Amino acid sequence: MEYDPHGFPKIEMRPLTPEEEARRRKRSIAIALALGAMVLLFFVLTIAKLGPQILNRPL
Amino acid sequence: MVTVSMTTLSNSLPAGATPVSVVGGDVPDYFALLKPRVMVLVIFTALVGMVVSHGHVPPAVAVISLLMIAIGAGASGCLNMWWDADIDAIMTRTAKRPIPDGRIQPNEALAFGLVLSVGSVMVLGLAANWLSAGLLAFTIVFYAVIYSMWLKRATAQNIVIGGAAGALPPVIGQAVVTGSVGVESLVLFAIIFIWTPPHFWALALVKAGEYAKAGIPMMPNTAGPTSTRRQIIYYTLLLAPLGLLPVWLGFAGLLYAVVGVLGGLGMLAFSVQVYRNREGEAEKKAAMGMFGFSILYLFVLFSALLAEQSLGLFRPVFA
Repeated sequence: MEYDPHGFPKIEMRPLTPEEEARRRKRSIAIALALGAMVLLFFVLTIAKLGPQILNRPL
Repeated sequence: MVTVSMTTLSNSLPAGATPVSVVGGDVPDYFALLKPRVMVLVIFTALVGMVVSHGHVPPAVAVISLLMIAIGAGASGCLNMWWDADIDAIMTRTAKRPIPDGRIQPNEALAFGLVLSVGSVMVLGLAANWLSAGLLAFTIVFYAVIYSMWLKRATAQNIVIGGAAGALPPVIGQAVVTGSVGVESLVLFAIIFIWTPPHFWALALVKAGEYAKAGIPMMPNTAGPTSTRRQIIYYTLLLAPLGLLPVWLGFAGLLYAVVGVLGGLGMLAFSVQVYRNREGEAEKKAAMGMFGFSILYLFVLFSALLAEQSLGLFRPVFA
């Protein structure tokens, strides 16, 4: 591994190819869908564990 | 190609430049890291563990728990691929996996596996109970650390002991619906545990050259093929009656008993074929036949249990 004068490792950088950009976009969509699924999962779990009465409680 | 140091990242990046290390793989590559076929088997056996327990949980909790058990198993598979990337690259059966093929960076796989491991255990704890979450955590650690990092490269008993990880899903399934571990899931654990060595050793007999090349001490490479064939018969002799234990204990009925007897006899017949055919194409055919039939045996056995318990097909063998 190469290091700069400050002792930090050098990072290889380059612009993404169109194919890599398309892959990144697909990954971003997959992460967004996974996050959405998690929100839905916790909502369903809350209703299943606590029941609809969760909406009918003293605040 | 441009090379910059970390200290100059903020003020001298070429337009649109990205660190090569974060280019990343395609979505199906990440899915492949989870060993989807193993996940299907885990969901199936955990479901059977739930069904034989006769506990009660809301359907949504059961579905979410199964999903978390599958994700936890997938995460352990991902950590296994991260650790074993060097030997996966040597064997033709595994060389096309995402890490040795260069489609995913090892660090990405490690982060992916760790996040899914912690996430699946936490959600299972919140959804079901902390006993099942603890068992899932134990399964992940057992497979990724005890089996992958230690046993696999250290001893010919690797898949014998490591088989415990693959046998635990029915126990987790029972813990989800009852909050405890009972005899039913422990018997299912024992069946999968004893089934694992003859199943894997049949494959190892065919792939002995590949395992030798990768330096993995599978049974055919250390004890020799003859001893392995003998041990396959021993384990199968143990498995055939063990497979019928659910009938004796009363949580499996007539359908399961018929499947268990026929399947057990089939396993014994295949193990004898493996013992007899030791050369050339006949050897390979017998070993792969045993490997394939062993999958069918476990699948049909557990399917019979599932059908009896969920479709009302249970007819007690003993009054």
